[in-house]
Amino acid sequence: MRDFYGVQLETPFMLGTAQYPSPAILAKAFEQSKASVATVSLRREASGDKAGQDFWRLIQQLNVHVLPNTAGCHTVKEAVTTAHMAREVFGTTWIKLEVIGEEDTLQPDVFGLVEAARILTEDGFQVFPYTTEDLVVADKLVNSGCRVLMPWGAPIGSGMGLNNVFGLRALRAHFPDIPLVVDAGLGLPSQAAQAMELGMDAILLNTAVSKAGDPAMMAEAFASAIRAGQLAAKADPMVPRDMASPSTPVLGKAFLD
Amino acid sequence: MKHIQVNSETVTVKSEQLSELLIELGYGDSVVATAVNGDFVAQGNRVNTQIKEGDRIEVLAPMQGG
Repeated sequence: MRDFYGVQLETPFMLGTAQYPSPAILAKAFEQSKASVATVSLRREASGDKAGQDFWRLIQQLNVHVLPNTAGCHTVKEAVTTAHMAREVFGTTWIKLEVIGEEDTLQPDVFGLVEAARILTEDGFQVFPYTTEDLVVADKLVNSGCRVLMPWGAPIGSGMGLNNVFGLRALRAHFPDIPLVVDAGLGLPSQAAQAMELGMDAILLNTAVSKAGDPAMMAEAFASAIRAGQLAAKADPMVPRDMASPSTPVLGKAFLD
Repeated sequence: MKHIQVNSETVTVKSEQLSELLIELGYGDSVVATAVNGDFVAQGNRVNTQIKEGDRIEVLAPMQGG
C-alpha cells in the first residue's frame, strides 16, 4: 500500500466521527471498522461545556491516526487559520483541507484550495486536499506540495456513490505514485469496493456509517467491502469484453444431435 | 473593564492578556485553540497578546468531524 506522508496505514479506511447517535456507538463503530484514521474538527466551545474535551479523550482512546479537517471554511484565510488552530490542538501536521465553494453541493473552491494548500505546505503541514477529480487541479495541488489527493465520489453526505468513474480512473492513471483517497459521497459498501477496485488507496467516509440504523454493523460492512476491493485490484482483474466467451471448455464436448 | 466578543458573544472582562482571559472565562486547563481578530494566536503567544476594547476572540475546542 502507498504511504501517506511516510505513514503506512494498517487498513485503507478513514472514518469520520460526526453524527453518531452516541459516543459509545461511535467507539463501537470504530472498533468494528478497523479504521486507521479518524477525522475530527474544531468548533466553538463555551467555557462551561466540556463536550469537546470529553470527545478528544474518546478519540485518543481509539488508537488511530487523527486527521483534523477545515470543514465549513469558505476562504483561504479561514482554512489556513483553522489548520493552524487544529495543528496546535491535535498535535499533528496532517490536515484535511476543505475550502468549500458552493453551498448546495459543498464542492471545493479549487482555486482557493490550491492556494491554501501551497501556504500550508510551506508552513510545514502535510495536506490532504478535498478536491474534485479534475486532473488540472490535481496537478496544481501536487505542484503545491500535496502528496495525497482526496477526490470526491459525490457531494458530501449524498450517498450517491461514484459519480464520475471515468474521472477517477483517469486520476489514477495520471498520478500512479500519489496516494488517492475517495472522500465523500459514498452510501453503500459496494461503492467503496468499486472505488478500491479502481485502484484507489483508501476510502474516507462518515455519514454512510453514522447515519445507518446500526452504525457498527455498517462500519464492519464497509471494512469488508474495502478489503474486497483492495484485494480485487491487487489480483489484476480480467478485462471486460462485449461478447460471450464460454467458461466451460468446448473441447471434448459430446456430439449428441 | 473592556467589552469584547468571545465566540460572537459580548462579554465584559478585566484581563489584560489572552492567557489571563482564558482563565477569567473559565477555560482553565481545557484543550483549546485561540484566534484574535481572525488571526491564530499560538498557546505560547497568549501571554504576550494584549486584549483591547472591541477585540473578537475565538476559542475553539475538539469536535466531531467528517
